[in-house]
Amino acid sequence: MKKPSANTNIVKKKIVVAVTALNAIDNPGPGVAVIRAIRECPDFDVRIIGLSYEALEPGLYMHDLVDKTYQIPYPSAGTDSLMARIIYIHEIEIIDVIIPNFDAELYNFIKLRDKLTDLGINTFLPDLDQFESRDKIKLYEFGQKHGLLVPADKVIYQVKDLKEAAEEIGYPMVVKGKFYDAIIANTLEQAQKAFYKIQAKWGLPIIVQEFINGTEINIAALGDGKGNSISVIPMRKLYITDKGKAWAGITLDDSSFIELARKFIKVTKWRGGCELEIMQTADGKPYIMEVNPRFPAWIYLTAAAGQNQPASLVKLAMGQQVVPFKHYEVGKMFIRYAWDLITDVGEFQKISGTGELQEKSKYDLNVSLN
Amino acid sequence: MKLKKNIATSAEGFIFNPGTGDSFSTNPIGAEILSLLKEEKTIAEIIDVISAKYDVDQSQFEKDLDDFKSQLEDSNILD
Repeated sequence: MKKPSANTNIVKKKIVVAVTALNAIDNPGPGVAVIRAIRECPDFDVRIIGLSYEALEPGLYMHDLVDKTYQIPYPSAGTDSLMARIIYIHEIEIIDVIIPNFDAELYNFIKLRDKLTDLGINTFLPDLDQFESRDKIKLYEFGQKHGLLVPADKVIYQVKDLKEAAEEIGYPMVVKGKFYDAIIANTLEQAQKAFYKIQAKWGLPIIVQEFINGTEINIAALGDGKGNSISVIPMRKLYITDKGKAWAGITLDDSSFIELARKFIKVTKWRGGCELEIMQTADGKPYIMEVNPRFPAWIYLTAAAGQNQPASLVKLAMGQQVVPFKHYEVGKMFIRYAWDLITDVGEFQKISGTGELQEKSKYDLNVSLN
Repeated sequence: MKLKKNIATSAEGFIFNPGTGDSFSTNPIGAEILSLLKEEKTIAEIIDVISAKYDVDQSQFEKDLDDFKSQLEDSNILD
């Protein structure tokens, strides 16, 4: 008897996913990589809504990746104006999932989580206490509590406190901003210069951290919020820019990094994506230097290696069961590159003037210069 | 002299340590020695194979092999 043929007319679920951090620049946000990974997932048909802060974020103009972009207010504007803007966008787009990818905006999105759920917009974010416990300001305390190796640090609010911090921590030390940036200082003068530079950019407090010498390893992980790790991928940076960002990297096979990430997710019951920045010393000790509460910019490598973390996060946000991944490809590499994307002033005008942008052909703005 | 279990090598002399992400390259003789190590040959067996195949002074080759071993150790390739 002939077997019935498989039905190839599989209906894919159509979903709308809104993503921030479209700044695919030399210090890139993860948005474009997150979108690329989601688009590659065969399980759903996705419409991508970009959420941008600035008119020159390259992702806005990548129309093969982003269907439409809306500008949203800066995090400093607070939750009310963000919520008002999301309601406006949601009325047009009917968003299923929002994935915020900037450290600085996460606080507002976490605060709005329940209101978003009420609107039918799913997120998969850590709780506020999970989010705050791994904050750079509390990281040492966090490490002590959970038996994780974390370098000694001191949180300071005034430049005069650097001297005392240096006496405790010693040189070289790392002067860090509360959101981004880290500068190694070998003298008090260098530390003072770093303090002012970072304060001007990111405000106070400043974190002064023990310098750990070793090999830098980054781990991208996804927790289900119940203590289980859905995916863990360790990566070593092979090429680092002057801003300390990975320009090339390779997936590693080292069970100690995977166990470390699983332990972190287990003790925090982490919900969502995160990146552990590890410094492995010459004697093999893995220090957690930072925990970023969102996917890293190199997150597409997880999809390329066989564990699509952004697509899995979308499924988790939609309430689907996701089986933890077991295997990934070791030795999978990424090499970032710069590419001049060409657009027209009409597009730039559209996003700057109206705060919205979709595919070029939808506009009729001709600018001719004589 | 034993290669770590997960070390990947190619016939062209490329060595990849998947635990650290480090990669190295070696010349054709190095590649041949690595392939013998993969077959779990002892140092004495490697010396025999290479000496029989190439016109090389045995004591010179032993010194070179010792150097090569030190480099592999420094590179965290050996068990």
